[in-house]
Amino acid sequence: MKTNFRTYYLYLILFFLAGVIIIPLYVSVIGGFKHTGELRTNSLGLPIDWKFENYISLLVNSDFWLFLWNSTVYAVGTTFFVVLFASMTAFVFAHVKFAANKFLYNYFLLGLMFPFATAILPLFLRVRDFGLLGTSWAVIIPQIAFGLGFSIILFRGFFRQMPKEIFEAAVCDGCSYIQFYFRFTLPLSTPILATVSVITLTGSWNNYLLPLIMINDESLYSWPMGIMVFRGEYFTDWGKILAYVSLTLVPAVVFFFALQKYIVAGLTGGAVKE
Amino acid sequence: MRSAKLDALLSRYYTIIIFLIPALTIFTLFVVLPIGEAAYYSFFRWNGYGAPEKFVGFKNYEFLFKNRVFILSLKNNFYIIAISLFVQLPFALLIALMISDKLRGAAFFRTIFFLPFILAEIVTALIWAYIYDGNYGLVAAIWGFFGAEAPFVLGDKDWALVAILIVIFWKFFGIHMMIYIAGLQAISKEVLEAAKVDGAGPITTAFRIKIPMLIPTIKLSVFLSLLGSLQLFDIIMPLTGGGPSNVTHSMVSYLYYFGVMRMKVGFGSAVGVVIFLICLFIAIGYQRTLMRDDNENKF
Repeated sequence: MKTNFRTYYLYLILFFLAGVIIIPLYVSVIGGFKHTGELRTNSLGLPIDWKFENYISLLVNSDFWLFLWNSTVYAVGTTFFVVLFASMTAFVFAHVKFAANKFLYNYFLLGLMFPFATAILPLFLRVRDFGLLGTSWAVIIPQIAFGLGFSIILFRGFFRQMPKEIFEAAVCDGCSYIQFYFRFTLPLSTPILATVSVITLTGSWNNYLLPLIMINDESLYSWPMGIMVFRGEYFTDWGKILAYVSLTLVPAVVFFFALQKYIVAGLTGGAVKE
Repeated sequence: MRSAKLDALLSRYYTIIIFLIPALTIFTLFVVLPIGEAAYYSFFRWNGYGAPEKFVGFKNYEFLFKNRVFILSLKNNFYIIAISLFVQLPFALLIALMISDKLRGAAFFRTIFFLPFILAEIVTALIWAYIYDGNYGLVAAIWGFFGAEAPFVLGDKDWALVAILIVIFWKFFGIHMMIYIAGLQAISKEVLEAAKVDGAGPITTAFRIKIPMLIPTIKLSVFLSLLGSLQLFDIIMPLTGGGPSNVTHSMVSYLYYFGVMRMKVGFGSAVGVVIFLICLFIAIGYQRTLMRDDNENKF
């Protein structure tokens, strides 16, 4: 009997908490369908008079799509290079013995502790002096640089757990390191490739501060910048803003449900392995 | 004729060079050097054009620590850290303990609680800006239900920071819960079985076995939480933008408004250096005390 009682309270707490998480998301999505007057009087219930204009006007807005496209370019570009460079580096750290191996690995590890904010002004100047301002590289390259550290740790951990026998056999057959990397390591590493990709993609997709510093040209705005401009324009026209919020929220949630396994693995992997 | 051994050696060096150069170059140019440059620029008054010439010594730092808004932002960062460490993490641990057992629906709750973490911070903050809006949001609805005039929490000097803290809690407790659950799943079943056989109830098991075995995981989440709190920016912008009257800045939003927007490279870099030093201080302290015992088997 006592156990049942306890379980009852447990579920009460958990459902309450789930409500606290879900209700803000729900009122946002539903709020996009409401008239301003209704938002005032009826924020929790379903709309009495469904209004689709907020969503439709965004879906036919070319800027909305442009910003999404820009963010896609930043995210895909960053992810491609982070995965390539970090896996190559981690491969060397995991398989090749040389004097500076551990020193260089620690060099990358140290970078993890460098707060991005400290570097933003010099970083901006560097990007400017390299003539990258006004191009997508202004966002992509710094994101690659700051994404390398953590990705190298994840890759290295994975590569080190791969059975040594494959490696030794391949080397005996006259396989060079580089061939081995492309022919064996990468194909056998899909889980970690997926994990690093998913983490880098989401990190870049949601990044606000870096594009904010680097991008002046409105045609290169990322969607978080776009949504903030939109907020500035329609300050308390919440129906419009919530529609924008929801249109970016829904794909994120779908993405999350589809790839939850990899996201969680990446975020908690380093935590428990050691 | 080259020996096979020499070939292997050469192949090894080529690999090292070809594989390491891209990452090393980008990392050095865009992470390590800018940090050093920030330290250097922080001794100048400079707008970023031409070479930095106007050396001002520690003036930027002096100004910083006499500046009310900066001191306030520093305090805010410490409030955020305190709430994260002493409220958010214990709460996340409690929830993790609750749903890590063979509870029906555990996967469902886990997913729901983790959901806010994957939203962009900007989006999270906009959602909450709506909820807090005294004319439209949920807060307005709740107050209205009781027949009261809703407050505008985000415009209220005394409540704006609390409102921000609630959003931080809402967004980030899920990731810590997830980290704890991963840690709990790594605890061997035999130990837990043995405890059960010995008659330990769920609370005894939690305090005597699970939490002690979770210490390395807890340390990691403390570390992540510290570094994350110090770099808070995105959440503040849509909610208050540092207002009202600059009372809710974090150090990074202060850096953005007073360094980046005005292109004061020297002054902004000084703010950056302070953030860096605090991170470094924490990291060193972390290495020294928290990680001492599990350092040996780390590499």
